[in-house]
Amino acid sequence: MVDYFLEIFSGIPFLAFSPNLSFVLAATLAGLPLFLFMAVNALVAVYAERKVSAFMQDRLGPMGQGVGLHAGKWGILQTAADAVKLMTKEDIIPATADRKLFVMAPFILFIGSFLAFAALPFNEHVVAADFNIGLFYILAMGSVGVIGIILAGYSSNNKWSLYGAMRSAAQIVGYEIPAGLSLLTVIMLSGSLAFKDIVAAQTGTTLAVLPNWFIFDNPFTFVAFWLFFIAGLAEVNRTPFDLPEAESELVAGFHTEYSGMRWSFFFLTEYANMFIVAGVASLVFLGGWLSPIPGYFQGNLWGIFWFMSKASFLIFVMMWFRWTFPRLRTDQLMRLCWKFFLPASFVTIIGVGFWDLLLR
Amino acid sequence: MDFVGIVESINAKFGKDFASIDEEVSEETVRITPEQWGQLAPFLREEPELFFDAMMCITGIDEGEDSENLAVVYNLHSMKHNHKLEVYVSTLKNDPKVPSVEQIWRIADWFEREVFDMYGIEFDGHRDLRRILLPSDWEGFPLRKDYEFPETWHGIVVNKMKEGWE
Amino acid sequence: MGIAVEKELGAFRGEEMVLNIGPQHPSTHGVLRLKVHTDGEIITKIIPYIGYLHRCFEKHCENLTYEQAIPFTDRCDYIGSMNNNFGYAVAVEQLMEIKVPEKVEFMRVIVAEMNRISSHLLALGTFGLDVGAFTPFLYCFRDRERILDLFEMLCGARLLYNYIWVGGVSHDFPVGWVEKTYDFLDYFEPKINEYNELLTYNKIFIERSADIGVIPSDIAVSYGVTGPNLRGSGIRWDLRKDDPYSIYDRFDFDIPIGTGAMGSVGDCWDRYYVRVRELEECIKIIRQALDGMPRDGDVHATLPKKIRPKSGHVYSRTESPRGDLGYYIVSDGSDIPSRLKLRSPAFTALSCLDEIARGWMISDVIAILGSLDIVLGEIDR
Repeated sequence: MVDYFLEIFSGIPFLAFSPNLSFVLAATLAGLPLFLFMAVNALVAVYAERKVSAFMQDRLGPMGQGVGLHAGKWGILQTAADAVKLMTKEDIIPATADRKLFVMAPFILFIGSFLAFAALPFNEHVVAADFNIGLFYILAMGSVGVIGIILAGYSSNNKWSLYGAMRSAAQIVGYEIPAGLSLLTVIMLSGSLAFKDIVAAQTGTTLAVLPNWFIFDNPFTFVAFWLFFIAGLAEVNRTPFDLPEAESELVAGFHTEYSGMRWSFFFLTEYANMFIVAGVASLVFLGGWLSPIPGYFQGNLWGIFWFMSKASFLIFVMMWFRWTFPRLRTDQLMRLCWKFFLPASFVTIIGVGFWDLLLR
Repeated sequence: MDFVGIVESINAKFGKDFASIDEEVSEETVRITPEQWGQLAPFLREEPELFFDAMMCITGIDEGEDSENLAVVYNLHSMKHNHKLEVYVSTLKNDPKVPSVEQIWRIADWFEREVFDMYGIEFDGHRDLRRILLPSDWEGFPLRKDYEFPETWHGIVVNKMKEGWE
Repeated sequence: MGIAVEKELGAFRGEEMVLNIGPQHPSTHGVLRLKVHTDGEIITKIIPYIGYLHRCFEKHCENLTYEQAIPFTDRCDYIGSMNNNFGYAVAVEQLMEIKVPEKVEFMRVIVAEMNRISSHLLALGTFGLDVGAFTPFLYCFRDRERILDLFEMLCGARLLYNYIWVGGVSHDFPVGWVEKTYDFLDYFEPKINEYNELLTYNKIFIERSADIGVIPSDIAVSYGVTGPNLRGSGIRWDLRKDDPYSIYDRFDFDIPIGTGAMGSVGDCWDRYYVRVRELEECIKIIRQALDGMPRDGDVHATLPKKIRPKSGHVYSRTESPRGDLGYYIVSDGSDIPSRLKLRSPAFTALSCLDEIARGWMISDVIAILGSLDIVLGEIDR
């Protein structure tokens, strides 16, 4: 999209003379819909989570009588009401907290997530920044958020927040490795880091019936999908890996001391990260914007539809996990990462390599 | 073993009339002094025929405003032989001291702290005798019959009963 | 016990951190403060501070008549109020040598066992919540609501019943109550399988609770731990069978004990599983009681006009959902007790927390506390 805007600007005489200004303008214009999408995603995801959790727990969740009445029909306006409430809440900063870091932390977290979003394509043509190392870039940007979490926990001047932040940092840094390694299998199969090429390599059918997605390609990529998905859950701090924000132990972990708008940044970022993990998984393993019935329902708009529905399905699975499983203790979590996931991802890489070599 | 057998067993070890049966309290209570309790407690725990390995309850009692005694009642039980014993230890109000048994039965740790908290009975040998239910800076021992409620606590006025209430 | 109790680290030894869990905390089952000394995440010492919910129950009872004390006993263990009332009534009836009619005995057993089911459901649900499983908590509460509805139909209250009186019960079963209870039992029995599938045999739950917080049986007896906590450590001791009161000796039920099926004997999973199995046993008892209960009789027949026991002491104990609930009553011949002491099972369970939680991590302390099933109302009185 940035390129698209730059093209338009090169036709405008004033902007063509100042490439820096035109680039900044193009980036801003490309970033705005992205930010809007993140916000809307958070709104919809929160509503979906509340309804999904409610139905799984044999209750109804937010309900209302009609637009404007109570919380809107089926409680749709509930999230809007929550957003308004969060924006009008008093901004409390603990007196003994490190002010600068306290204020900076949610922004750093948000920036990491936003940067990763920039490279996520919704379609062959709809992507904010078209990198040819898109996948690598997203993995790298995922690590930026850790700084935000550590700063949040440290600057709150609260032992519980510190615990949460330390746990979270260990968890995220640890689980990035299996996540990255399991993506390596796909990169080997497609030969490129760019999302366009990875999805293009998944066109057509395999076994005459199934779409040629990488998840069906060979049993090792199937395992790699699950490894990536579960490691991604750990990256996002979702149950069963949500010890950093474990409600029953640390009250709210690293964001205990945050309230109002600052807290909503953490919240927004968590749902944005969920979308990123789900989006990357669906692009790389589930065929991205390709239709499940190869040859039919193709096209630009259909592409966006398929991508969104695959990502939404994976987000639904994440929510399903949250409301079903208890949470793992920190050392069990780390043991799982270093002793099971890491060797397993090595095995998948070797397995995919040999499969490809011997059977193609 | 029934109650009479237990008492005979105790008296056989420590001498006749060491433990007197106190029918006034109940038919199955043994009445002893605090000094005797220091000797009796390990015996009750270790003697294989008796083997009271579980202390059920430790209760503090104020014998009344006209008496000058406080008392501690120990209810013991043996899981192995399934027999019970109640031991009644009297001590003076103005200098209440009873040997502690918290090293023999670990349940006594908190129960004795509670008796101390409510009655002020000091347990000799307890490693950590401090208040348990009341705040650590509370003055007075509430369950004594002659306890006077404080007027204020940390500046908060303690409401007395209103007129007309029973 | 524990992961790392004594580590010779020398120059690398970190500083000990002192943390406070509570008094306001989502997981402490009430207002409880735990002062935790940790080395990193590993506990070196825990000191519980109680007394935040102390309402001077025993001092109050020295100014109330015996009947007036019954609602106060409700509020001690507010989750198992029927059992509190039951214990008190049994104690005073022993002092006064009253024998209640058959029908009343059956009614008491039925409501006490139903209360035991609802208390265990709460214990299971909150234990799951403490380790992070949000959904079983709501399922347990959904089923508990049905029991509370039945109790509301019976005596008008959902949590604090004031139902079992000295010498009888307060209300007879209303028309249709017995049928509704049968329906509830038929509805509830398959739900236990649901809980097992969702939580009990879940691998993550087992990792969180097996081998953790083991209470060896001799320590359990020495600390006075009773009830499902003691049975989880492998000791088959239940007052309903070993020191029966009321008509419990007429019913045929098992005593589940912990066998270390998933880890060691006496770990959190064992205590949890004993409670799950006890749900099944309670259903058995209630069915037998409903079948055998005489349908007509006056429930107020033996209510004494004035409760004025002869002077003396009595110590009587009953099996509450948390363990051995004891009442020590001193009577001086008047209608007001001279001393009323409630021996609370959760008090003793909490006292052994320091011993069993040393060497584990903070998350484990929450799990151990959840498995002990404490109610602060009973501990503080």
